[in-house]
Parts: sequence; C-alpha cells; structure tokens
Amino acid sequence: MNPEQQYIELFEQCEAMICKHSAEVLNAPRARAFADFKQLSFPTRKIEAYKYTDAAKLFAPDYGLNLNRLDIPVNPYDVFKCDVPNLSTALYFMVNDRFYGKALPKNNFPAGLLIGSLKELSTQYPDLLAKYYGKLGDTSKDAIVALNTMLAQDGLLLYVPKGMAVEKPIQLVNILRADVNFMVNRRVLIIIEDGAQARLLMCDHTMDKVDFLATQVIEVFVGAGATFDLYELEESTTSTTRFSNLYVHQEADSNVLVNGITLHNGTTRNTTHVTLAGQGAHIDLCGMAIADKHQHVDNNTFIDHAVNDCTSNELFKYVLDDSATGAFAGKVLVREGAQHTSSQQTNRNLCVTRQARMYTQPQLEIYADDVKCSHGATVGQLDESALFYMRQRGIGEKEARLLLMFAFVGEVIDTIRLDALRDRLHLLVDKRFRGEMGKCQGCTMCSGK
Amino acid sequence: MLEIKDLHASINGKEILKGINLTIRDGEVHALMGQNGAGKSTLSNVLVGHPAYEVTKGSIIFNGKDLLEMSPEDRAHEGIFLSFQHPVEIPGVSMVNFMRAAVNEQRKYRGQPLLTASEFLKLMREKRAIVELDGKLANRSVNEGFSGGEKKRNEIFQMAMLEPTFAILDETDSGLDVDALRIVAEGFNKLRTPETSALVITHYQRLLDYLKPDIVHVLLNGRIVKTGGPDLAQEIESRGFDWIKKEVNE
Repeated sequence: MNPEQQYIELFEQCEAMICKHSAEVLNAPRARAFADFKQLSFPTRKIEAYKYTDAAKLFAPDYGLNLNRLDIPVNPYDVFKCDVPNLSTALYFMVNDRFYGKALPKNNFPAGLLIGSLKELSTQYPDLLAKYYGKLGDTSKDAIVALNTMLAQDGLLLYVPKGMAVEKPIQLVNILRADVNFMVNRRVLIIIEDGAQARLLMCDHTMDKVDFLATQVIEVFVGAGATFDLYELEESTTSTTRFSNLYVHQEADSNVLVNGITLHNGTTRNTTHVTLAGQGAHIDLCGMAIADKHQHVDNNTFIDHAVNDCTSNELFKYVLDDSATGAFAGKVLVREGAQHTSSQQTNRNLCVTRQARMYTQPQLEIYADDVKCSHGATVGQLDESALFYMRQRGIGEKEARLLLMFAFVGEVIDTIRLDALRDRLHLLVDKRFRGEMGKCQGCTMCSGK
Repeated sequence: MLEIKDLHASINGKEILKGINLTIRDGEVHALMGQNGAGKSTLSNVLVGHPAYEVTKGSIIFNGKDLLEMSPEDRAHEGIFLSFQHPVEIPGVSMVNFMRAAVNEQRKYRGQPLLTASEFLKLMREKRAIVELDGKLANRSVNEGFSGGEKKRNEIFQMAMLEPTFAILDETDSGLDVDALRIVAEGFNKLRTPETSALVITHYQRLLDYLKPDIVHVLLNGRIVKTGGPDLAQEIESRGFDWIKKEVNE
C-alpha cells in the first residue's frame, strides 16, 4: 500500500467527524485539499526539495489521531511552571492541536486583539478569518500542506489590529501528549495589520515517549509598516517527527524577524516561504540547529522578492555531532522589476565528527539587473589552531571545544530582539552542548522544571 | 627549572630538532637566536605540547616532572606559558570568558578556590594596566580585529593573568613598533621574579636590550651550536650568522 492510501481512507471515512469538531472556516478548504492530496504524492528523496528528508517514509507508519476531540486530561498550567526571570510573557498552551482555553491568564491586552483557539475564534469572527485562512498554504503544491489542511481541526489565531503595538511578548507552548503513537495536525494563523507590532515565541515540547508525527502550517500576514518577530524553539524528543510549513506574506515597509531554533529533536523539516510583496519590506530569516545522535534537521527556505526595494537577510548555522545530519536549502528569487533588491544569505556549519553530514544548497534566481545579492556557505570543523591556543592557556580540550561551539552559534542567538529570551537561550545552548539536555524535561524556557 | 636532553622532534616525518641540550635554572632568562628554519619555533611548540610535532627521542624535565607525558593544558597549569608568534583570533569568544575559563581551570588544577565575578574583573583591571591595554578589549572577541601590536600586548596581558613560572616568548618583537616594543618588554620585566625563568626567541638585539638575557644560544639546523653571554647577541647583531656557520663547518 502506498503511504497516501491510509490518509485517503481516513478522510473518506471520517470527513463528517472531522468537520463536526471543527469550524466552517477550517472546513471550507478541506474538499479542495483532499482533491489535491489525491493528485499529489508524499515527496520522496527523488524530489529535489526533499532530497534529504524522505517524507513518504516518515508518513508511512500508522499513527493514532484524535479526530473525535476527546479531552486530554492535562492542565499545562500545572505541569509547566514558568518563572523565567524578566521574561514575562503572556503564556498560552496548546496540547497537541488544541488550544488550552481554561484558566487563561489575564493579560490586559488592548481591546481588539484576538488570541486563542482558531476553531473558537473562527466561529465568532468567520468573515475576518475566511479572508486569510488557507490563502498562503497552497495545497496544490505540497502533499503535506494538503494533508494538514484536510485534517487540521484547531490551532492558534493571533490577530493584532491596525496600529496596535503589543508590548508584552506572547508565548505559546505546544505540548505533544499521547499514550500511543500519535499524529497531530496543527494550524496557526497570524494576522498583523498595518502599523501593528507584536512578538510571538512558540516552544515545541514532547511529553511522552511514544512516536509523534506532527505537521504544522503557519500562515503569517504582515501589513504595511507592521513589525513582527516570530521565534520558534523546538525541544522535542528523538522519537518526534516534525513537518512545519511557514508562510510569511509581507506588505510595504513591514519588518519581520523569524528565528527558528532546533535545540533538541528527532527528525525536523522546516519549510519557510516568504513573499516580500510590498516595497520596502524587510525580513531577517535566521535559524540554528544543534543535533547529535541520529537527529536530523532540514531547513528549506524560499524568499520571493516580488517587488522592488525589499531587503532580506538570511543566517543559518548548524552544529552536528555524532551521526547527525543537517540540510539547508536557501532559494532567493528576485523577480523581474524587483530593482534595488538587497539580499544576503549565509549558512555556516560545523561537523564535529567524521560521521556527521551536512548538505547545503544556496540558490539565487535573479531577473532584475540593479540588485545586490550575496550568498555564502561553509561546512567545516572546529578551528584546530584556536583549540590549541586555548589549551595552551590551560583550558581543557573538552571545555575549549564547548567554548568554540558556543561562540559559533552565538551570532544567531544575538539576532533575538528580546533581551531576556536571548540571555535564556545562551544558557540553554550552553546546557545543550554540555549534554545536560538529553531529553525534553518540560518547558526549559522555564526554570521550574 | 627546565632540563632538555638530546631532544629530537619532527613534523610530518621531517626531523627538525636533532639533539637539543638545554638547561634553564630558576630566575634565568635565555635567548635563543637563529635564522629562519633553524627550529626555534619547533622547540617552543614541542615545549607546550603542540599535537602536530612528534618527539622521537630525548627528554624534557620541568621542575622534576616529565613534561612530555603531560597534555598541553596540564603543562600550562604547571606554569608554562607561550607568547605566540601568531596569536590566534577566536571570533565569538570574548576576552573575559576566555580568561575566566583559563584562570579558573588553573585554580581548579591547583586546588585553589575559584574567583568570584568581581574578584576576576578586578584582576583583569590590574593586569591590563601592566601592558596599557584598553578596557574595551574585555568585551571583544579574543584577538579579533586587534592590531599586530595589540595582539602582542594581549599575549603579555594573558601572561600577567596566569603568572607562569616559565615563559616562552616566540618572536614577540615581530611586527611591533618602537613604542609597542617598549611597552611589551617593560610589561614582561615587571612580571619577572627570582623564581621565574624565560626563553626568548628573537632575531634581533633590540628586544634583548630590554630583557637583558643571562645566556644566549644560537640554534642552527636543529642543534644549539653556540652558547655565550649577552655579548654574543650583540656580535650576531653586527656580524650575522655566517661566521658561526663557518665555525661549526655547516
């Protein structure tokens, strides 16, 4: 049986149940997504964009789903004690794909800001959400996006109306929780209207030892002159497989920072698609991965300079130990007429052992003649002369290696525009390199666990 | 302090040192002179345990201990310091973190209590003054973007922080202007005590004018071929090395 078949049968049998436990806005694109899914196949390694992550193989096993929305008895506010000094975020939880709406914190957000369950809020604001939902995540191109659109029943909505500046950073902790091998299809919709400002930190955690397969589609609309920071931090387990598709659509003079950090994982594929649709839009797209054992991290990015005078800055760094594998593909498209584009891409990687493998592929496609574009990729080992210099000063080899690895990724952490988060990450990365983070022990953003 | 006997060493299978004998006593400063390729830097690298060099014969005893049995970091902890000919830039590692790690590892090895953050910063300030090094350096990455002179001053600053009993200065004078040379040399002299010794590798007399070595050696083709007092350095400055080569028929 091909790996698509079980999902086709599942949808045919359960469509009514899926729809019943979701909302009209999410149900609307399902039929189309299903038609697309039947046309497409899960990408295998024969597909260039998935050359290093065999999606078909990863979707083949049989996972349980919770389409009937049975309650999962866990109160994350009890399980996760968050008391990071100085990082006072507005804290929310999602257990699997379900936004945890009980015992919500009082955050005194200005009236008009919406944050909460995508399902609930799309029932309350169908017109607003229908305008945006599913408009970026193209189901005709990628079977995984089609599958997510077919099956997703809930997730998060963040809506920041025109001109509103949200001071307090918002934090969403995603928890994977199940007793059997389990599949989760989560959906996130973010709308930052003209001139608005917000910062969102999403932390991914796995609570249980079973195998998880989690798909996620994030659609982000950033209006003219708006500013948005998205930090994604994965601290899952070696038996977690994550497929995340992030779409960012930017209007004129908007400023976006995306920083995706894989601190601990199993198999991760992050696909990022950025469209700079209005003049003067700017994106900083950063990422970092620390992987060992047989962990696998694949970041596939695409930045579309659709109009003139936009700027993009890409910086990805990997540290691969043991038999870990990493992949980075960065495509930048400068369309005809997108003059005065400035685009910079850097991918630097450390392979600490001979067994670690890194595949990097920068790709520029330029159809305008007055542009400034650069890219650079390196794969290397730790600088032996620096190691020896440190040892001569009395710093032991192990400590010297740690200091050098820490320094290597420091550049990515320093792009974070939230002081407390930046400091916290320096600490977490230090712990990670010292092997004190062998498994997910709850929200390490929080010192309580 | 240091006793080198019949030391042979090679790199990539090529023998560079061909039987070095050298004894340095407490409080002595020895100068090692010689042309490029004579083996001066090889000797300093072997003394600090650089992994690229292989010792094929001979022994090095440091304060009664077999140096060749020790890792580079333990040699440092035992009190050996090398002022590098080419100090290495380490992007992303700040001078503060670098020195704190170095000082604390040394204290751990010696069973001394670790320094608190404020004790450490106070120490940094005191020692910086010895080589007139800018305070802003503390926040910069190790040697990154430092001028040639700053790098060499930074070496002596690190020496001041670690207080070695035996220092090797490998062409510390190269790339320095007259003022920087004076600052570096005077800084080194301030750190000298009757218990500390040094091996100074140089091509030129001008550094030795400041450091006033007790004994001068000439290294030629992997062997010490001539040893004398400070006047030997002056003679080399005016006559070069050829007369020594003729003397030893090489």
